Amino acid sequence: MNRFAALLDRLAYEPRRNGKIRLIADYFRHTPDPERGWALAALTEALSFRNAKPGLIRQLIMERTDPVLFALSYDYVGDLSETVALMWPAPPRGEGPSPHPLPHGERALEATDRAPSPPRGEGWGEGEPASPTSDVPLSAIVHAFTHMGRAEMPAVLASLLDRLDETGRWALLKLITGGLRIGVSARLAKTAVAALGARTPDEIELVWPGLAPPYEALFAWAEGHGEKPETEDPAPFRPVMLSHPIEDADFATLDPADFRAEWKWDGIRVQAVRAAGPDGRHVTRLYSRTGEDISGAFPDLAEALAFDGAVDGELLILREGRVQSFNVLQQRLNRKVVSAKLIAEFPAHIRAYDLLVEVGEDLRDLPFDARRARLAALIAAHPTEGRLDLSPLVPFATWDELASARADPAAHGAGEDAEAVEGVMLKRADTPYLPGRPKGPWWKWKRDPHSVDAVLMYAQRGHGKRSSYYSDYTFGVWTGERSGEGELVPVGKAYFGFTDAELIEIDRFVRRHTVNRFGPVREVVHTPTEGLVLEVAFEGLARSTRHRSGLAMRFPRIARLRWDKPPGEADRLETLEAMIEGGLRRAATV
Amino acid sequence: MRPEELLHSTPQGLYSPAGDFFIDPTRPVPRALITHGHSDHARAGHGAVLATRQTLDIMAIRYGAAFAGTTQASAYGESVSVNGVAVTFHPAGHILGSAQILLEKDGCRIVASGDYKPGEDPTAAPFAPVRCHVFISEATFGLPVFRHPEPADEIAKLMQSLALFPERAHLVGAYALGKAQRVMALLRAAGHERPILLHGAMEKLTAYYQSEGIDLGEVSPARGLKGAELAGAVVLCPPSSLTDVWSRRFPDPVTAFASGWMRIRARARQNGVELPLIISDHADWDDLQASILATGCEELWVTHGQEDALVHWAGLAGLRARPLHMVGYGEEEAENAAAEATAIAEETAGETSA
Repeated sequence: MNRFAALLDRLAYEPRRNGKIRLIADYFRHTPDPERGWALAALTEALSFRNAKPGLIRQLIMERTDPVLFALSYDYVGDLSETVALMWPAPPRGEGPSPHPLPHGERALEATDRAPSPPRGEGWGEGEPASPTSDVPLSAIVHAFTHMGRAEMPAVLASLLDRLDETGRWALLKLITGGLRIGVSARLAKTAVAALGARTPDEIELVWPGLAPPYEALFAWAEGHGEKPETEDPAPFRPVMLSHPIEDADFATLDPADFRAEWKWDGIRVQAVRAAGPDGRHVTRLYSRTGEDISGAFPDLAEALAFDGAVDGELLILREGRVQSFNVLQQRLNRKVVSAKLIAEFPAHIRAYDLLVEVGEDLRDLPFDARRARLAALIAAHPTEGRLDLSPLVPFATWDELASARADPAAHGAGEDAEAVEGVMLKRADTPYLPGRPKGPWWKWKRDPHSVDAVLMYAQRGHGKRSSYYSDYTFGVWTGERSGEGELVPVGKAYFGFTDAELIEIDRFVRRHTVNRFGPVREVVHTPTEGLVLEVAFEGLARSTRHRSGLAMRFPRIARLRWDKPPGEADRLETLEAMIEGGLRRAATV
Repeated sequence: MRPEELLHSTPQGLYSPAGDFFIDPTRPVPRALITHGHSDHARAGHGAVLATRQTLDIMAIRYGAAFAGTTQASAYGESVSVNGVAVTFHPAGHILGSAQILLEKDGCRIVASGDYKPGEDPTAAPFAPVRCHVFISEATFGLPVFRHPEPADEIAKLMQSLALFPERAHLVGAYALGKAQRVMALLRAAGHERPILLHGAMEKLTAYYQSEGIDLGEVSPARGLKGAELAGAVVLCPPSSLTDVWSRRFPDPVTAFASGWMRIRARARQNGVELPLIISDHADWDDLQASILATGCEELWVTHGQEDALVHWAGLAGLRARPLHMVGYGEEEAENAAAEATAIAEETAGETSA
């Protein structure tokens, strides 16, 4: 684990994609099976085990350290896992940590009973501990966290923390709290596997869905001394094609006649794959754009699909044939339990825009127009109770015409679904389906965001890179009849959108204009004449009972600092409410 | 004699009423005792300066020969009387020439330790605890989150990176006095044999260390080199140069920073560091406790840093302890203001003409 932790540590600081690939590949090259396979699983988020709650970690450290020193340390470091990793006391030298037995199945309960003073003997698989930090294989950690009961977790976790070094403890805590953010995508980790030999990342991607940790066959094949692993999954994920945002200057270089346009739907990108397995039975899978299998979250949709192939499209919630906003979709996402009630209330749907495979035939080398014709025919041939339809083309002859359609989708064919349109997609008619983000064939042209002028009310110190800066801002608008009247009520929170230089300016403002402190939060002055106005841009607005203002913003960010504007001239709550009532677009300020 | 009559804190620094002298004053004073050559402790313009010979040499290199009215060198362990106060310099292990200063009068013993670290360092005489009634300590790393790892393990990270990215120059930010030379010595101990390249601000001080018999292997100026000559080279520079225009000559470098602050991820990220090396010339949390207890002191005064935590610990350990809230220290050589700026200006001027 300490070696893997050292890799994670290094990756967390390495900004270059190629640098990351080399670091990971170097680790794979010098780490034996199955350890490296578990590392690959951790990097691709293919591990699933019982997560630890921050409360447990806090409890463990409080039992071991002075509360004042812990509070001072946590305040200084600003990150719980890191603080605990650094200040975890070393077990008494010479004695070594007392290994807690690995829980296996029914023996887990037994182990709990004797948890306070576990017997020595059964170690973690690497013999007797030699020093206070004798390391633990990642495989043992994964095994422990997969099989242990909830009651055992404190003793097992404490024993592991006793045996790891600072970096090892940090990585373990991040791993088990789900907070491992090191800027490595599953794709990048697979690219590093490819870099071990002569395979391409796409080849790895194609065999990937049939594999499970610790991936011994995959490594053997990638290193050129093993057979290609059999893909048992008849419905594998195919890497998706992504677009670039289009800039004004790009239009001059592009000919409208070369392109097709579609609405850009505000849902989630999915790949729906359905194919017959060796036993003749059909398997259906829904993948996210990163290849994560999300079929479990949408059983209703997976059951309804009847085609044989791989469809690329947008997952949306439709009610009475009308596309619902992203806010509605969000209520269905990230639910642990998918109940019948949830399914009935939030029926999932795919609006298809590409076809990659049809009955085993790979269509990705065909040009867009040809694929689209096949897609249209496929959808027509497989009615799916309104669960699958074709995303319409948006007709246009000039960029100006497309600009009008983008500005007012309702009048240009999107009709009642216009609210779920976040722009238009431009796709070259003659290009094949290319995985990754090639520059040129696909462009996205998003609609302009909405914005309001709001007043900074509270600021909180950031985490990570910004832990010494006040970088999370809560802002509000006026409740009165006119701006500057009534009170300010918080309408959202933003922590990005500003430049590093602006961050320093806001931080200075916060420190100099603090009127109240609540732990890490500072209240800053916000009267009609004194305070800081923030121009806040956001993607959407919805009613919410969780916020005092009754509103929730989607994707808010700081667009501009309005040092020039007195807080008394900031926007009013009524303006935001009108945006919901009248449909956001028309009320958006310019 | 009450300890406060022998030494107490003033806005200019620690002052001895009995001996009428300051220790490491932040402003020019008639008589100063200097613990070591870092610019937050050793400033120019004092009337008379008493310090170790090496500290005096370092001040002369940084500020010019006329940095003080008069100077007097004191050897480690040699007692000097200053207005009736017996003053003895003892090794502090921080950098070359660094000292703790023991003051004795009428049976009262106070040790002002300056900056110090126990543990192995081939570039500084080893720290030795001195028995005293009052021990004055800094608390730069006075939190339980600061436990410095083995320096050799940190240098191993640099060696691994050199092996993995042999085509890239490795820029290592390190304070020009002390840290830079220690990193060189650690690299040699780890088997790095290539010449180590230096930023202009480090040349004179490094030459001085070598003239004092410290083996740093072959070093040469980084100026004028480019492209392939820099591939796989270790280049030492002041931390501020990692992000200034000076560093732009290196194509796609790996930027490392050798400092105890690198223990905290957010600190390393704020500095844009890609390879943090946790190498410190200060006592860490465990070192502070062990060093303080080893003096057998009854009372602890904490000059600067994380004084709250150290004072709290001392209370738990049964020591009387109080913070002195001294300002002007701890910037170490964060920027090393005037001295370094001059050196950098010289270097830049040299390069434009080259």
